[in-house]
Amino acid sequence: MGETGGTVKEKKVVFVTVGTTCFDALVRAVDTPEVKKELFRKGYTNILIQIGRGSYIPTKSTVENGSAVLEYFTFSSSIADYFKEASLVISHAGSGSIFETLRLGKPLIVVVNEDLMDNHQSELAEELAEKKHLFCARPQTLYQTIMDMDTGSLIAYQPGDAESVTKFINRYLGFPDD
Amino acid sequence: MEKGSYCLSAMSASNLVLLFTIGVVTIVMIRIMYIVYRRSKPLNPKSPQPLSALIVLGSGGHTAEMLNLLNVLQMERFKPRFYIAAATDNMSLQKARVYEDSLLDKAGVDAVGRAEFMQIYRSREVGQSYITSIGTTLIAIAHALWLMIKIRPKVILCNGPGTCVPLCVIAFFFKLQVLGIRWSSVFYVESIARVRKLSLSGLLLYKLHMVDQLFVQWPKLKEKHPRAHYVGCLM
Repeated sequence: MGETGGTVKEKKVVFVTVGTTCFDALVRAVDTPEVKKELFRKGYTNILIQIGRGSYIPTKSTVENGSAVLEYFTFSSSIADYFKEASLVISHAGSGSIFETLRLGKPLIVVVNEDLMDNHQSELAEELAEKKHLFCARPQTLYQTIMDMDTGSLIAYQPGDAESVTKFINRYLGFPDD
Repeated sequence: MEKGSYCLSAMSASNLVLLFTIGVVTIVMIRIMYIVYRRSKPLNPKSPQPLSALIVLGSGGHTAEMLNLLNVLQMERFKPRFYIAAATDNMSLQKARVYEDSLLDKAGVDAVGRAEFMQIYRSREVGQSYITSIGTTLIAIAHALWLMIKIRPKVILCNGPGTCVPLCVIAFFFKLQVLGIRWSSVFYVESIARVRKLSLSGLLLYKLHMVDQLFVQWPKLKEKHPRAHYVGCLM
């Protein structure tokens, strides 16, 4: 869309995000030739990586020669737009990114950061993967996950709402239901 | 001889102290039991006035979850609102400001009331040494106490950041009425990220009976913690 690369191929962006964390292992895993080739083979044309506070800088490439075009940035105030434009999201396990992606109905691979001390984050990703709302991977299994993934097998996530809690709170405080 | 009488007076003094302590502890225990009993009962049977609310924000998805909850709470019932975030966390208060601005645009200040934004010292930053963290913990508790005395909220809403623990503990001690400050209703919504295990904050507050209502978003947590309310995924 709007690209003048000489290709007729529709632009399909993979958005990779590490949030506010530092997750070099994920950036490094995406930046390997086999992952880039596999994503291209699956029809994705561009990879956009939000590297956050990480120190590993991926290799930028601007031409498609058998692998996807790769770009990166550290932080952006318009990160919501990148989620919207993406055809596939590869994210760290933070609940913010996970639910933002699920609400948009985009296919999602969550990569769990095993270097985190208190690794409760894998709980959420694994639970949602079990319910087939997303794919869950580790940096070292990302390639395999992309190879095996069938985005058609994912089940759309039905967003919840906080009404149930509101009812409890209102009743407890003596406010009428309405 | 001198030594003996010294011993005797020391003994009776310690007995007095012991008796006094037992007395105080008994009174406090009765009060605690009352609070714990009272906790599960609704506050006012009749439709009450708007209540001042303290809303504790935190990074790592906590703020998004909290704003998601505030979106469906009737804000005309919870005013004024005081937002608290860690002093090192500027993003959360910024998000709350954006939310409050949108509220004002929609409903006006007469309906939804005013909001204030405050920062609180954290007891320990990531990577800080344990020795210096004793000092910073004391400062953090003193700061939390100061904020609680200043705000005296009737409602406290929190969902897990470590900064909510001292605030909830202080709210509990206010209920002892030794201090006679205010009865706050404390609501704790465990983060959606907690599927199999409560967070440390949640577990502490649950075990110590320090919150009035604790909500969990996954059934496994309800199984493990029967006093919690299971409310399903809020996001």
